Amino acid sequence: MTENGKPKLAMYWASSCGGCEISVLNIHENILAVDEIFDLAFFPCIADFKVSDVEGYPDNYIDVCLFNGAIRNSENEHMAQLLRQKSKVMVAYGACSHVGSIPALSNLTSREATLKKVFLDNPSLDNPHEVLPQTSVHTPEGELTLPEFYHTVKKLDQVVDVDYYLPGCPPEPPQIWAVLQVVAGALTQGDPLPPAGSVVGAGNSAVCDECDRVKHEKAIDRFYRPYEIQPDPEQCLLEQGIMCMGLATRSGCGALCPTVGMGCRGCYGPPAGVEDQGAKMLSAVASVIAAGDETMEEDELETLIQEAVDTIADPSGTFYRFSMSHSILQRVKDANGKGAA
Amino acid sequence: MTEQFEPVIVGFLCNWCSYRAADLAGTSRIKYAPNMRPIRVMCSGRVDPQFVLSALRNGADGVLIAGCHPGECHYVNGNIKALRRFTLMKDTLEQWGIEDDRVQLLWASASEGAKLAEAVNRMTEEVRALGPLRWSEKVLTGNGAAQPAVKEA
Repeated sequence: MTENGKPKLAMYWASSCGGCEISVLNIHENILAVDEIFDLAFFPCIADFKVSDVEGYPDNYIDVCLFNGAIRNSENEHMAQLLRQKSKVMVAYGACSHVGSIPALSNLTSREATLKKVFLDNPSLDNPHEVLPQTSVHTPEGELTLPEFYHTVKKLDQVVDVDYYLPGCPPEPPQIWAVLQVVAGALTQGDPLPPAGSVVGAGNSAVCDECDRVKHEKAIDRFYRPYEIQPDPEQCLLEQGIMCMGLATRSGCGALCPTVGMGCRGCYGPPAGVEDQGAKMLSAVASVIAAGDETMEEDELETLIQEAVDTIADPSGTFYRFSMSHSILQRVKDANGKGAA
Repeated sequence: MTEQFEPVIVGFLCNWCSYRAADLAGTSRIKYAPNMRPIRVMCSGRVDPQFVLSALRNGADGVLIAGCHPGECHYVNGNIKALRRFTLMKDTLEQWGIEDDRVQLLWASASEGAKLAEAVNRMTEEVRALGPLRWSEKVLTGNGAAQPAVKEA
């Protein structure tokens, strides 16, 4: 690398889908400004860098590292530690590194069950000798190694210190650009940075604040899965019985999903002040179920409420779709868990 | 001599009925298991599921939520909301592998000191039979290393 005095930018994917990288490129022509301001130090998705390049950098050589993806295996953790050591500012970029996201849904099951499903029980697979990936295998040519597959998926700040969080699956382009401008201002003109530990590129309230749908007092008789109902274009989705996580999800996306008739999936994570997004959603949803009232006998009450609750398919997977790693309990217990089977 | 496991049960008792039931149990000198740590809340409807999860994460082996009987809530229907939350939370906790007996809901009015004491005794034995939960140590330690090794090829 030639030294040109520009701030160094890195972006790395751990356990992720690649959508976060695409979201950076999705800031349209502003990507040219990013190239003008920053010098890429590591960005395996779009430029040819090797891990050995990063290992060769002095500590704190990288000014900003955008780290996306969850910590799924020992390689993800190693790269997080390496990039932390080499970076001045570490940004947990996107829902996976922020709160665990889709990879962390496997915290609802066990490592063994996951490997079994993928390598043994998968209908499109032929594995008669039941070969499972090993961390180390000796061959005539030498030892071959693979990263260790973890039992519990973690978010980035569970393995290294994180300076900022940029939520979203993926983060929205205007938000990304706004954050990059703040960072560039700080690096080139000495502008103040937000306090360490801040969630940047998002609001502080809930998605409902940004959603234009008409809202009334909620009283829900039963819930529908998306394919079971044609949503009314104006009314609040939750009021129609469509599971919408908007009320337990941080604002910042502009309520894109609810606006087009899809319940919010919760990708921006918990709003400010909420410890456990799933528990808050559970609490909110349960308290607006219309079944039962104070005049009923206890048995009748319990039956009616159970019937209404039973219309919610997979409550854990729904309420914790994006925030398993961030949740209070973080994962399921192995024994007796339905998910562990 | 082996030491008997003494479960820790966090009890969320509503101010108007169940906390008074516990008071009554005390003033009536009813002897019952000392395993429940009572926390007074204004209403069983005040019990945020986060409270229950935090208790389980931070060392409780069980959680008891106790409130007024349906129809007798000081706030008309706070306990109905508690029942709805409890019902949905139980479905969720089942997915998380947390046994049914560990989180219980009880209706106990201010005059039912004996009922509360009996419920705490029963729940203590049920949770004792399940054994310690110790979430942080047993479930969250290591990152796979503490788990049984995957079968060799």
